[in-house]
Amino acid sequence: MGVEIKVDDLSKSFGKQLIWGDVTLTIPAGEICVMLGPSGTGKSVFLKTLIGLLKPDKGSIIIEGTDIASCSEKELYEIRKLFGVLFQDGAMFGSMNLYDNVAFPLREHTKKSESEIRSIVMEKMDLVGLIGAEGKLPGEISGGMRKRAGLARALVLDPEIVLFDEPDSGLDPVRTAFLNQLIIDLNAQIDATFLIVTHDVNTARTVPDNIGLLYHRHLAMFGPREMLLSSEEPVVRQFLNAQRVGPIGMSEEKDADELEAEKDEELPPLPPIPLQQEPSSGIPRRSQRPPGEWLKEHGVTPPPGSFKENMSMSIGG
Amino acid sequence: MLAPVGAAGKLFAFGLDVARGLFKRPFQMREFLQQAWFIASVTIIPTALVAIPFGAVIALQVGGLIKQFGAQSFTGSAAVLAVVREAGPIATSLLIAGAGGSAIAADLGARKIREELDAMMVLGIDPIQRLVVPRVLACMLVAVFLNGLVSVVGVAGGYVFNVVLQDGTPGAYLASFTALAQLPDLWQGMAKALVFGLIAAIVASYKGMNAGGGPKGVGDAVNESVVISFMLLFVVNFVMSAIYFQLVPPKTG
Repeated sequence: MGVEIKVDDLSKSFGKQLIWGDVTLTIPAGEICVMLGPSGTGKSVFLKTLIGLLKPDKGSIIIEGTDIASCSEKELYEIRKLFGVLFQDGAMFGSMNLYDNVAFPLREHTKKSESEIRSIVMEKMDLVGLIGAEGKLPGEISGGMRKRAGLARALVLDPEIVLFDEPDSGLDPVRTAFLNQLIIDLNAQIDATFLIVTHDVNTARTVPDNIGLLYHRHLAMFGPREMLLSSEEPVVRQFLNAQRVGPIGMSEEKDADELEAEKDEELPPLPPIPLQQEPSSGIPRRSQRPPGEWLKEHGVTPPPGSFKENMSMSIGG
Repeated sequence: MLAPVGAAGKLFAFGLDVARGLFKRPFQMREFLQQAWFIASVTIIPTALVAIPFGAVIALQVGGLIKQFGAQSFTGSAAVLAVVREAGPIATSLLIAGAGGSAIAADLGARKIREELDAMMVLGIDPIQRLVVPRVLACMLVAVFLNGLVSVVGVAGGYVFNVVLQDGTPGAYLASFTALAQLPDLWQGMAKALVFGLIAAIVASYKGMNAGGGPKGVGDAVNESVVISFMLLFVVNFVMSAIYFQLVPPKTG
C-alpha cells in the first residue's frame, strides 16, 4: 500500500562542497513524486541518500519509524527490502543473463521454488515487454531494454517504494512516453510510493502527483503538481516551462549583470496546465486527484486553456 | 597533511570489513572457484615466463661470483636459496598484483561505475561478502601455487643455465641443494605468497570499489591499485624476510 518517506532538515556535502542543505519534505504514501532540478544539483545524490547508499551530514529520513540516516547496517539492509530502485543505466549484473538478473532478488531473499520464481519473473518481464529476451546478456541489449529490465528487477520483490533515477535519460521521446505510461500503470496496480528523479520537464508536467525542485543547493519548492505548475516563483516558473528568462543560467546561477540585463524582458505567460496522464485501464489511481482540485481549494486561477483534452505537449516560450 | 594516514586507515578498515565478511554465510563457493580459475588463467603463463629469466639471471650472477670465491660446488645451493626465498615470492607478487590485482580492480571498478554494486546493496546484499571475500581467498590460493611454480621453474631455469651455458656439473648443482637451503625456506616462501595474495587482492578490491566517476576513474583505480600493491608488497617482503632471519637461524655447514 506504499510507505511514507519523511525527510527532515537533510544536508549533504562532499568535502567542503555543499550539495544541498536543509531539505525537508514528506513523500506521501502511494503517490508519484518527481524530483526535478538542473543538471548537477545532486538529484541522484538525493536518491542515493534516501536508500542509505550515501550518509547525509545531518538530518533524518524516517521510513516506517526507522531513521535511515542513523540506523545500523543491519536495519538498513532490512529496510532496503521495501525498496525497488531503477538505476540510471539499469545496473544489471553483467555476468548474468536478464532472466537470472530479474530472478536474483527472489533467489536471495525468498525460499520460493524455481517454478514459482519462473512465473514471477515471466510476469514482470511481460509487464516491461521483454518476453523473448530473457537469455540475453546485459551487454547485448540496448540502453532502453536495460532500463526496462532494471525496472523488472526492481519490481520482483513487490516493493513499497520504487525509486527511478532518470528513467528518461537516453531514451527517445516515444520510449519515454511508453515508460511514463508504464510508471502510471504500475502505480495504479501496486499502489507503491514512487519517486522519480529527472530533469525532463514533460515527464514532470504530466506524470506526478507532486513535484519537488532542487536548485541552488536547496529544495526550492515541493508540493502538488498544480501548485508548482501555477506557481509564479521565478525559479520554479523558469524550470517547469523550460525558459531562458529567469534566475537559472547556463552555469548554475546568473550573475547580477545578466539579471539586470533581462530585467525589463517580459516573462512569457504561464502555459496551460496539462491533464495528468491516466492509467491505461481508465480507472483512476487511488492517489489521483481530479484536475483543478488543488487550484480550486486554494483559489488559484489556472492559466487559460488548462486541462483541455489532447492539449499539445509543447511548452516554453 | 594527515590525508595519507586517512587513506591508509580506510584501506585497513576495508581489510577488517573483508575479515568480517569471511565469516558470513553462505560462503560463495562458485564465485571463489570461478575467480581462482580466472586469476590462475591470467597469471600462470606470464609467471612461468618471468620465472625462467629470473632463475637464469640469478644463476648468472651467483655463478660468476661463486667462481671467484672458488666455491662452485655451492652454485646449486645458492640458486635454490635465492629463488625459493626471494625470487619466488617477488615474482609472485609482481604477477599477482600486476595481472591478478589489476583484473580485480578493473572488474570491480566497472561494476562500481555501472552502479552494479549500488544495486547489490539495495537488493540487500553485501558486495564485500559476495564479491570481495571470494576474490581475496582466490588470490591467496593462486599466489601460493604461483610461488611453487616460480620456485620449480626458476630452479630448473637456473639448472639449465648453469649446466648448459656455464659448464657447471649437474651432480654438483643438484647435490648442493640441501647444503644451505632448508625446509623452513619453503614455508616462508609460501607464507609470503599467502600474505602477498591477501594484500594485492584487498588493495585491488578497495581501489576498484571506490573507483570515481566514468571510465577514467576505473583506469585510475587500476593504475593506483597496481602501484600501491607493488610498494606494499616490496615493503612487506623485506619485513617478512627480516623476521624470518630472526626466527630461523641459517643452516651452517
